[in-house]
Amino acid sequence: MPKVKSLADLKRIREEAQKDIKVRLKTGTTITVGMGTCGIAAGARETMHAILEELRKREIDAHVTTVGCIGMCSKEPLVDIEQAGHPRITYGNVHPDMVPRLIEEHLIKGNVVQEWVVGRVTRD
Amino acid sequence: MRELSLHILDALENSLEAGASRVTLTIEEDLTADRLTITITDNGRGMDAETVKTVLDPFFTTRTTRHVGLGLPLFAAAAKRCNGDLTIESEVGRGTTVQATFQHSHIDRAPLGDIHDSLLSFLLAERPVDLHYVHRVNGRQFEFDTADIRAELGDVPLSHPAVREWLSEFISEGEREIK
Repeated sequence: MPKVKSLADLKRIREEAQKDIKVRLKTGTTITVGMGTCGIAAGARETMHAILEELRKREIDAHVTTVGCIGMCSKEPLVDIEQAGHPRITYGNVHPDMVPRLIEEHLIKGNVVQEWVVGRVTRD
Repeated sequence: MRELSLHILDALENSLEAGASRVTLTIEEDLTADRLTITITDNGRGMDAETVKTVLDPFFTTRTTRHVGLGLPLFAAAAKRCNGDLTIESEVGRGTTVQATFQHSHIDRAPLGDIHDSLLSFLLAERPVDLHYVHRVNGRQFEFDTADIRAELGDVPLSHPAVREWLSEFISEGEREIK
């Protein structure tokens, strides 16, 4: 077990997280990365890495999750961005070098990067 | 795939698709015996003997259940290139064990690569699965079980940004210590 990071840290994280977790689920941003064989082979893990780096750099608090193959294998790596009150947007062929612009435009400026969109779902 | 950790991530995703709630991943690097052994055991739905036979065929997939595709044939080919092998043991309703072995020093052996990113990708899965991870390098060991981590976190998910950061540092540090 590593010395510096210990399970004891988690108690503090838990206490802080519980305060904001309900708010976060209602208003937050979730970024989903496809992680099937097709995604992995196309570089989805590296794309996820770039997303985590960019969020860290810009201090953006967003959930990031991974899912298996969703059927658009030729468009991998696929990245979904879902924000409360907005349609869910799926971007295709998202490579690490595209991530800074994606985060800047979509999450910060609120503009969908039209030329990279492969799908859009509006929820009721 | 360029790294063994990408094959590992892919195999872990298979366990997820098989409905497992618990997965054990062991990476054993024995430099004296010149072996690298990767073992993934899950408690997913498992496969019957007939299916196990066909799983290594690249033209076989269970599309409807999305259990296996090209992933395992690629993993098996990587192992066989390096004086190793890939074996699958499975039982319906009990789970599956996939084990890949490699000659550690083999010139064609892909590097283990970024195991940190593979673990994180798996731990951030939409449907959370408990992972018991053991990485041994010549007797030194880094081990964790997300069941212990979750017990501390209560209803706070692993994908919470603060937890994610913690996990990321925790794994980096653990891997660094056994290098």
